[in-house]
Amino acid sequence: MKISELRQDIFRPLCLPDPDRDIRGVYMGDLLSWVMGRAEEDNAWITIMSNRNVIAVASLISVSCVILTEDVTLDADVLALAEQKEINIFTTALSSYDACIALYRMLNE
Amino acid sequence: MSEPLVFQFDVDGNDFTSAGRASVQVKKLLRELGLPADVIRRVSIAMYEGEINMVIHANGGVAEVRVDERDITIILTDRGPGIPDVNLAMQEGYSTATRSIQSLGFGAGMGLPNMKRYTDEMRIDTEVGVGTTITMVIHLPQPQ
Ligand SMILES: Nc1ncnc2c1ncn2[C@@H]1O[C@H](COP(=O)(O)OP(=O)(O)OP(=O)(O)O)[C@@H](O)[C@H]1O
Ligand SMILES: [Mg+2]
Repeated sequence: MKISELRQDIFRPLCLPDPDRDIRGVYMGDLLSWVMGRAEEDNAWITIMSNRNVIAVASLISVSCVILTEDVTLDADVLALAEQKEINIFTTALSSYDACIALYRMLNE
Repeated sequence: MSEPLVFQFDVDGNDFTSAGRASVQVKKLLRELGLPADVIRRVSIAMYEGEINMVIHANGGVAEVRVDERDITIILTDRGPGIPDVNLAMQEGYSTATRSIQSLGFGAGMGLPNMKRYTDEMRIDTEVGVGTTITMVIHLPQPQ
């Protein structure tokens, strides 16, 4: 599934510099070195962390997008960095658990 | 045999909100060299973990990356506090990170294990009060 096909009433894009990326699988986690070691390329990464290190990790492991839950957003400087590193970022009001369920449904529809 | 390519980076120990810069640059350089994607990924992960450790545990240092026909070698050198018990530090989940560092998402105690898992060779030379040098090697696939 392309990230541009996500339901945008649920997952609100904060920046989409690379909208043609595919989502293949999902990884949820907030501890960066855990995510570094376990998430796979093209996963959607669900987290509540929102500092600059999230952008560095997303870029290094090539996830297809970062989904910030609980209405977490990015500061302007972090958002600018995400644009520059071509990392797609969404935010959602859902909890991480509910975001996983919603994504599961969309991926398996 | 051609000379190895050598890249060097200063890792700033005061700025851990934007740490990871050297790793991101190395990833870009390796891409430009046309190396296989999984090699680039493994180097990036191992180097990022090492770079972050230098910033949060050792007040910065120097990162060197060497590329030749056979291997990629990452050498991370710091003059931080050293690691008193390397076997303990290598265990998954062991961390001395403070709460403020944990709030940035670090401190799972998975960095050194990740570095070991994603490289073919890893060596830690460390002395308490003097510093730490970590050398990691990733072999490149060889043409038959
Ligand atoms: N360069 C270093 N200098 C001094 N101590 C270090 C260094 N690197 C690691 N350590 C010590 O080893 C411990 C384990 O390191 P490791 O990278 O596995 O976990 P962490 O950095 O605490 O957390 P994480 O990497 O999961 O964010 C650290 O908490 C620290 O005590
Ligand atoms: Mg670490």
